[in-house]
Amino acid sequence: MAAIEILDLEKSYLVGFWRKSLKPALRPLRLTIEEGEVFGFLGPNGAGKTTTLKLLMGLVFPTAGTARILGMDLDNPRVHSEIGFLPEQPYFYDHLTARELLNYYAQLSGVPAKERSARVEQMLARVGMSDSAGTQLRKFSKGMLQRVGLAQAILHDPKLVFLDEPMSGLDPMGRREVRDLIQQLRHEGKTVFFSTHILSDAEALCDRVGIIHQGELLGVGAVADLTSQTQGKVEIIFYAPRVPADLTSLGAEARVSGDMVNAVLPEERQDAALEVLRRERLRLISLTPVRSSLEEYYIQKTRPTEAGKEKPVETGLAPSQTRQSAPQEAPREEGQKQNRKGVGV
Amino acid sequence: MNSRVGYIAFNTFREAVRDRVLYNLIAFALLLSGAAILVGEISIDIERLVVVNLGLTAVSLFGVVIAIFIGIGLVSKEIDKRTLYTVLSRPVRRWEFVVGKFLGLTGTLVVNTLAMAIGVFLALLYVAHKFEKMDVWVLVALYFIVLQFLIVCALALFFSSFSTPLMSAVFTFALFVIGSLAEDLRGFARITSGLGGSIATAIAYLVPNFSALNVISQVAHGDAIPGRLILYNSAYALLYAAMAISGAVLIFQRRNLK
Amino acid sequence: MKATRRVNIVATTVLLLSMAASMAILHAIDHMRRGQVAQQALYLSSPTALRRMSLGYTGLLADIYWTRAVQYFGEQHHAGSGDFRLLAPLLEVTTELDPKLVPAYQFGANFLAPKPPSGAGLPGAALSLMKYGIEHNPDQWRLYYNLGFLYYTEFKDYAKAADAFAQGAKLPGTNEFMPILAARMAQHAGEFDTARMLWFTTYQSTKDAQIRENAVEHLLALQVDEDVTRLEQVIEKYRQQNGRLPASMGDLDRAGFIHGTPADPKGHPYKLMADGRIEVENPKSILFITKGLPPGMEPPQPVHKPQPSSKSNSK
Repeated sequence: MAAIEILDLEKSYLVGFWRKSLKPALRPLRLTIEEGEVFGFLGPNGAGKTTTLKLLMGLVFPTAGTARILGMDLDNPRVHSEIGFLPEQPYFYDHLTARELLNYYAQLSGVPAKERSARVEQMLARVGMSDSAGTQLRKFSKGMLQRVGLAQAILHDPKLVFLDEPMSGLDPMGRREVRDLIQQLRHEGKTVFFSTHILSDAEALCDRVGIIHQGELLGVGAVADLTSQTQGKVEIIFYAPRVPADLTSLGAEARVSGDMVNAVLPEERQDAALEVLRRERLRLISLTPVRSSLEEYYIQKTRPTEAGKEKPVETGLAPSQTRQSAPQEAPREEGQKQNRKGVGV
Repeated sequence: MNSRVGYIAFNTFREAVRDRVLYNLIAFALLLSGAAILVGEISIDIERLVVVNLGLTAVSLFGVVIAIFIGIGLVSKEIDKRTLYTVLSRPVRRWEFVVGKFLGLTGTLVVNTLAMAIGVFLALLYVAHKFEKMDVWVLVALYFIVLQFLIVCALALFFSSFSTPLMSAVFTFALFVIGSLAEDLRGFARITSGLGGSIATAIAYLVPNFSALNVISQVAHGDAIPGRLILYNSAYALLYAAMAISGAVLIFQRRNLK
Repeated sequence: MKATRRVNIVATTVLLLSMAASMAILHAIDHMRRGQVAQQALYLSSPTALRRMSLGYTGLLADIYWTRAVQYFGEQHHAGSGDFRLLAPLLEVTTELDPKLVPAYQFGANFLAPKPPSGAGLPGAALSLMKYGIEHNPDQWRLYYNLGFLYYTEFKDYAKAADAFAQGAKLPGTNEFMPILAARMAQHAGEFDTARMLWFTTYQSTKDAQIRENAVEHLLALQVDEDVTRLEQVIEKYRQQNGRLPASMGDLDRAGFIHGTPADPKGHPYKLMADGRIEVENPKSILFITKGLPPGMEPPQPVHKPQPSSKSNSK
């Protein structure tokens, strides 16, 4: 049974002073999520990610279409026993302590009275909030609130967890912890559906991603499939005072930075390029195939196009340059993303 | 039967009690009771009159202000500020939320009235030096004031179900003022004829009737309140609250939460 | 949709039922408390305190109390209770809050002074109300008119009445009859024409329906009184001429004293009694008449219906 079935779910809002004009927030969406999957919902702000989540939560009613969670219709109250939700920038009852809040939520979720306090303590420990459990929420920082939010989403051991921008406002440490938590949830066999606009997180965590833009789903698939288009190019970095002329004649695009040269050329010229380096006795730093990153796929999909047709991904810039210019990516941890065939160094 | 409603009510109560706004207003009301003693001493023989009049009026007016503030703060703001998202993602029905909030709100106001009432009775004891039989009616007046709060809370909830916090407060307060003049409105409707009269009558009957619940002047003079009025007023307040709450439920059921 | 539909149905039912029931109860409460709102005027022992408590909205409060006063009188009048004890406090509160509310003084002049069941029976209160009004509205001719009216109708003090009318006659916008009334007070106070002019001026100087109705009734009564007096004078002349009383109206007609059959303003012919008096066909149908009544009968007043004992309402 699919965990989530979305069948042509659509939402439009009436806007304007007289509430006469229809503004579509979500065009008919068709999507299926399997149980145990970690699905990332990517898109810029205002794309419709939150709208989709709110529709699934029953906070907002669809203009058309339906959805089913675990085979049940959305208005079936039993659905809510099996799901947990963390909204974007959550806001809670100011004057309750973390413990009281979680206890309240446990009550509402029907956790039996006997188990409640044990479960609450367990959750607090899991999100690292045991020390602040007795402090009133109005004193919490954003990161702390986010953790409490996560705790309330999983406290009743739901089968599905929905997270809206779970990393927003967290420092790198916090984000690491959230990532770890999501991994844990996956190991527990839970289905996780989260929305984000941080691509590195999606790449790292998700089995599949969907990219949504201006209310429309533009692409769905496993990360590996979406980024597998190799460019047929390789990138060579080596020590040299300037670009060797022979390299340029091979059709390489190169630039100098400091005492290194960065060159990109077609894959079939790879051996010829290495020959040039050997001849001129230049030290090789690395040789890497150029892979399109998820970022490029994303930008390609969400760039405003004239007729909606696919635009070839530009590779004018050296891949390392594009990578370095992305501000939202976390500092690289080793073994994470790039397949670096590190040679030498 | 429905433990969720109870949990929501208790949580609402707890949240209200910890909010300092409540205490400031209570303190102010108590201050007024104290002031009543001073005012009473200026004119001989009417100390009791002034204490009861001023004290009960303070309880009533401040109570309405508190009811509106807290009602809006606890409900309208909650809807506005998305605290509600995490609550409604649980197996909580929307109507349970509305009813639970209402019960929590009224519970808060009852406790609040009790606190202020103690102030009034202490002031009364101070000026009269003992309790008389006619002080029983002060309790009835206080009960009627609580009934007023019931209606105000229900109205605050009704408006919160579809309106912003500020507008809800304004509407509720406006209905309170109009409702206090409801009897005059009905009298006016009686002597007006034609379309104006029908409209006035319709409005005069739909608007909450607060004037019958205000027996402060009678009680200040030590008059008894007839049992039938107590019965009718109780029924009226409950029915009116039920009306407003069911309206709130109906609206909230289909509301898209932004 | 099942769960939500059920909730909707229950909520709608509760809404409609409670709406209907609350309106029904409200009706019952209203009935119980009839006149309670007016009662509150009794509790306002200190008008200055009230003024302070109204937080500056004295105008609105005055209007509210004025409305209550009019309704109160109308209800009591309609019910025939003859009990207007709340009228004085209501009018006093009204004018204390807004001394320039001229219609309140007019109302007081017309309905505070007369004895029950036409009014509250408090001529003294009416007088002080008028004086208070004049003090605060020295250029309102209507108030001087009311004062003169009071002196004339209740106190029969024609000198003071003349004075009041004379003063009012000097004010801007004054009614054309004022100077005439002033003049007539001296010599012709007791005459029908004077009284008629007075009541006519009352009718003219107000828009209030109840005051007008009252004035019309008095004018009709004057007509009857005048008719009866003249008819009786004619009968006396006939007796002097013919040495006996006329047997019927026809005799008088044939003798040339009257034309046709004289009738009262309601259209009923006057009756000629055996002892030479004239009587009205239906004495109770015309209020306030002092002539044409069977011997020993008091001038008919507005109907007095004794009220069922009101246990809780009145203080």
